[in-house]
This record gives sequence, C-alpha cells and structure tokens, in this order.
Amino acid sequence: MSENSKKTENEIVEEFGYFDEWLDKYEYLIELGKSLPSMPESSKTDDRLIKGCQSRVWLDCHVEDGKLYFSADSDAIITKGIISLLIKVCSGETPEDLSMYDFGFIEKIGLKDNLSPTRANGLVSMIARIKEMALEAVASKTENGK
Amino acid sequence: MFDVNAIRAEFPALSGKVYGKPIVYFDNAATSQRPRCVLEAADRFSVVSNANIHRAVHRMADDATQAYEAAREAVRAFIGADSAEEIIFTSGATAAMNLAAFSFCERFVSEGDVIVVSAVEHHSDIVPWQLAALRKGASLRVIPVNEDGTLDLSGLDRILDGPVRIVAVAQISNVLGIRNPVEKIIEAAHARSIPVLVDGAQGIVHERTDVKRLGCDFYAFSGHKIFAATGTGVLYGRRELLEEMPPYMGGGEMVGHVTFDKTTYAPLPLKFEAGTPNFIGQATFTQALGFAGKLFADDAVEYTDGLTAYMYDRLACYPGLKLFGECRTGRIPLFSFNIGGVHHEDLALVLDKMGIAVRSGQLCAEPLMDRFGVTGMVRASLLPYNTKEEIDYFMESLDRAVRMLK
Repeated sequence: MSENSKKTENEIVEEFGYFDEWLDKYEYLIELGKSLPSMPESSKTDDRLIKGCQSRVWLDCHVEDGKLYFSADSDAIITKGIISLLIKVCSGETPEDLSMYDFGFIEKIGLKDNLSPTRANGLVSMIARIKEMALEAVASKTENGK
Repeated sequence: MFDVNAIRAEFPALSGKVYGKPIVYFDNAATSQRPRCVLEAADRFSVVSNANIHRAVHRMADDATQAYEAAREAVRAFIGADSAEEIIFTSGATAAMNLAAFSFCERFVSEGDVIVVSAVEHHSDIVPWQLAALRKGASLRVIPVNEDGTLDLSGLDRILDGPVRIVAVAQISNVLGIRNPVEKIIEAAHARSIPVLVDGAQGIVHERTDVKRLGCDFYAFSGHKIFAATGTGVLYGRRELLEEMPPYMGGGEMVGHVTFDKTTYAPLPLKFEAGTPNFIGQATFTQALGFAGKLFADDAVEYTDGLTAYMYDRLACYPGLKLFGECRTGRIPLFSFNIGGVHHEDLALVLDKMGIAVRSGQLCAEPLMDRFGVTGMVRASLLPYNTKEEIDYFMESLDRAVRMLK
C-alpha cells in the first residue's frame, strides 16, 4: 500500500483510539456517514449495489493514472460511515496493491469483532466487493496490455 | 400476585451485560431465553442419559427414550391433542412446516390445485408451499392484509373457491404482533372440507392454545421460542391426515421392514422422525412447557397485557414513528416500526450499543415489507419476563438514538 494510505489508516486507528465506549465509536461512524457526499441518484443503480447487506450500499470506482478511486453511498448512515472509512483508505491505490491488501485497520479499531460476525451490516461483503473491483481492474489492465 | 422479579431470577441470561450495560432483551420473537429448569435439565440429560433413543436395550438409552417420550406427552397435554402419536418432533417450526407442506402435498395436491396462505406469513409458511406447488403444478392464493394489520376476509369465499387443497395461516403475525382470525378461516375452510395448518411459532408462547378447540388440522411451532432448548419444534397433525401422508425423510427409526424391493414404515409418530433426533433438546419440552404454563395464569396474562398496552401507548405517541399494524386489540407485546428519516438497521445497531437487543430488516417476511412499501422495520418483542422499566429505558434510548442519527 502507498504511504498515503498507510497514513490514512494510522489516522483512523488513532481517531478510534480516543473512544472507550462503543457508543462513542458509533457516534463517530454516524458523523463520518453524514459527511460522506451522497452519490447522485442516477448512480445508485442495481449493478453498483453490494449484495449481502441489510441496508442498501452502492459502490463505484474509476481508474485514474493507474490508480483506483472509489465513491459510495448507503441508505443507512452507519453503513455509510463504515464504507467511507474503507474508500478513504483504498482510494488512490493501484489495483495490484489493493487486491492484496489485508484491511488490517478494521481489526485494530475493533470493527471486525463487533461488526463482521453479523450478516446485518455486510462489512465482509463490502470488502469482498472492493477486492473484486481491484481484481477486475488488474484483469482489464492485462487485457489492454496484450 | 405476579412477581416479575421472581420470574426474571429464573433466567440467568437476563442478568447479563453487553458492552458493560445490563441487557434489555427485546428479541423474544426470534428466540426466548431459557429458565434454569431447562438449562439444568439439558445439562443433566447430557450427562446421565446421552444415549441414542428407541434402539438400544441398555439403561442409558432407556432413560433417554423415556425423557424424549415424556416430552412428547407434555407437548400433547399442553396443546390438547388427542394422542401423542399426533405429535411429531422436528428441529423447529420451519422444519415442521416443510414436513407438512412436503408430505401433505405429495398425497393431496395435484396439477391445477390451489394452496392458500395469508399476506402476513413468515417465509417459513410461504416457501415450503411454493416448493410443493412447483413440484405439483399447483398455485398459491393469498388472503390480503388491511392497512391496520388485520387480515381482510371480505373475499375469503372467493379465495377458498375452486380446487383449494389446504390453507396455511399464522396464529399471530411475527411482524405485526396481531392475532389473526384463525377460527373464522378454519370454519370457512372446513365448510369446504379444506384442512388448515396454523403456524403457531408466535402464538404458542402468547396464547393458551388447544388444537382441538382451535379446530386446526396441523399446528406447527418451535420449542426455542417457548423456553425449550434450541433446535426443537413440533408438528401436530390430525391422525387421519398423518396416516395418509408419505414420509418426509427416510432412514433411522422411521422404518417398519426394509428390503431392497420395498420398505414399510414405522407407525406414527416415528414415521416422520428419520435419523437421530435432537433428543436432549426435545426432552427439555417437559420443563419448558411446565414453566410456560405458569405464564398463562390470570395474573401473568394481566401483567403481559399491561406491558403490551404500555408499550403501545408509548410508541403510538412518539413523533415520526410509524407502527405497522395499528390495530390495538388482539395484540401481543410485539411491535414493528420505523422512524421517519432513520434507517431500521442504524436504529438497531445504536440500540445494541445501549444494551438493547431488537431485530431489524425484513423480519423473514419480505412480501409483507413490500405490502407496506418498506425495505425493513425495527421489531421489539417482549415476554412476561420483561418489565415496564425496560420499556422506559428502551424509549429513552430510542430517543437518544434518533437524536444521534437524525
């Protein structure tokens, strides 16, 4: 991963370290969710919808200078907060780096234990979709290079 | 006088904590907590009678068989069935309805026939019938639901007209918490000689149910929603129907004689209990139903009705809250709602961090979500071990959660 993403990761871990109470962590996630700009309605299409979440989550990405940039939205604010963390770290990465990324910061901020076991919020599905998009980008690069 | 603290003291789970906060368990429609007598019985059976039932001649196996069959008798008495042979143990209400749908339709449903369900059914009382209908070339008809959550029986005659072979309806909706007019439906169906299955998953723990008085032909419920161990359930069926129906699964104790040419089946109820059942879990029905019986005493019912009315009133006057199924009568303490501008999942996640367990999402009833035009709801479901203080804390927490989320 790039220095930039590592820095973002560390910042997130540090931010979450300020909160002892789970409720406060959630309050922060809610804030993040509220501050993530909404996707235009026309972009919230079924092909951008991530399957396996209780709430609806849309994820989109584009490639610029060989790097991936993500945008996302959700009808649930906490889910939107969670995916905003993911795309903040992942945007600006190369598809190759991203396809091998371990999302270790999720565990460090305690979201893994408290979110992923329930199918409700679909954290696992979000990560899987990001990886899938990275692999698709790798594949299309190889294709173009032929 | 009903002493809720004495009841609560029987449930170790209710004094537990989550995120350092006392748990408020409002997800009883999904599963109930278990009283000490059930926990201890399960532990005891696991030690002294963990041997496969019905087969061996040794003492441990005999003890296990006796505990299992005693539980069957406890279930029979609890629901007022004529005979223990009409009580089939299953892994839960879902398994019970799958068994009923498969075996009944194998025998009684053919191409062009019709199966009737209601608009408020749980997926477990829809999908098994759909699978059977697909196999048999039959179709499904639906009794609609009114805006207030009551079933619309105005077109029932038309719905029951023609080659209708069975009606399947919930005693109490798992989303709306409203009792359905099952007696009326049974009467109308029986007038046309159509049998009726009642899904008692929610009804069994909230209403003294007598299958003879109700007049249903099948009654399905889960043990784990009425204090028994998980992985337990019952299908009651009228003997004449069960006798006619083919087995659902083969093997184990469901056989009479087996040759490579032909197999005969064991008599009821074992004909429908292939393989090693969850004999330790099922055996806890004895303790669970003994306990549940206490909650049908007049003072306990009065207490529960008080909880229902109290929570209904608190929710009804909450600004921006939409309660689904506003009918005030015939309710159990189960409430599904949404709050304008707040996602059901967000509410459930924040309430969880405040120590409150509720369900959110489609509540296993997607057609009903579509009917009300929502992607999901928040559901709070209580039992007589819950308290007004918990409701107060719930309302305060709801308020706080909404302020955080809006």
